[in-house]
Amino acid sequence: MTSKNKEHIPHTVSYGQYLLIWLGLLALTGITVTLAGIDLRRWVILTALTIASIKSLLVLRVFMHLKFEERIFKIFVLIAVTTLAIFISFTFFDYAFL
Amino acid sequence: MTTITTVQEHRDDTGSRMGMLLFLFTELILFGGMFLVYAVYRFKFPDEFRLGAHELNDFIGAVNTIILLTSSLTVAMSITAIQQGKKFLSVTFLGMTQLMAVAFLVNKYFEWSHKFSSGLFPQSPILLQKPHGEILYFGLYYVMTGLHAIHVIIGMVILGVMMIFIMRNSINQNSYVRLESGGLYWHLVDIIWIFLFPLFYLIH
Repeated sequence: MTSKNKEHIPHTVSYGQYLLIWLGLLALTGITVTLAGIDLRRWVILTALTIASIKSLLVLRVFMHLKFEERIFKIFVLIAVTTLAIFISFTFFDYAFL
Repeated sequence: MTTITTVQEHRDDTGSRMGMLLFLFTELILFGGMFLVYAVYRFKFPDEFRLGAHELNDFIGAVNTIILLTSSLTVAMSITAIQQGKKFLSVTFLGMTQLMAVAFLVNKYFEWSHKFSSGLFPQSPILLQKPHGEILYFGLYYVMTGLHAIHVIIGMVILGVMMIFIMRNSINQNSYVRLESGGLYWHLVDIIWIFLFPLFYLIH
């Protein structure tokens, strides 16, 4: 008897690796808060979103194990995020150029 | 006639995780719709959004961010623990996550009740006198952080059930995909907060 789940070799991430990512996330939170105190004018939203995206990527890849999943998982996530990005960016065709 | 009973376990862990991921996409679109509304109104009322954000306490927001990031860490660690067969450690990590979730909600409670006492709640006379953009800001603030808080509560229930499963050995070293899926939900709640925090608190 063979079960299908044997194809997937479980990947164990060490506590150390997780702690490292966690420290990275805390550092990025610190950077976000510090940058918010500086007057960046029109770059405020861009920097905030960039840092938030990096943090999400760290959570997705390591905490959510996306890094160790089959390629189809990554493609799916990419499609979902791209769809959302299109929703939001295309909406601004209606608002940004009035 | 003899009946032969064979115990055959049908499991597809990858498929289970994929199913969870597909569900999380619907959550992404749910919150994504709200972020879209946020984006348009912030674009139309940048100054009012800034005024609204001044009413929020950056410090509590930052503390809650750290709490949620750490709670995600302990969920991830609980999976490593169960993979190594350390049942007690796994439950302990999940227990830590639960405590941090409670701390997050307690902070949220104080935050909201402080806003309520200064008359900043939907349809309050004080808020209605403010400019249109600020009313929209607080409307979005309550709906989005409120829906997020509901997700934190749901996540606590899910992880609580996982703790019971581990204690009953239903989740164990050889079968832990349910814990992984529960973890995925918790991390998504974390990611949503990662965006909510700078977008609502850090506008100066």
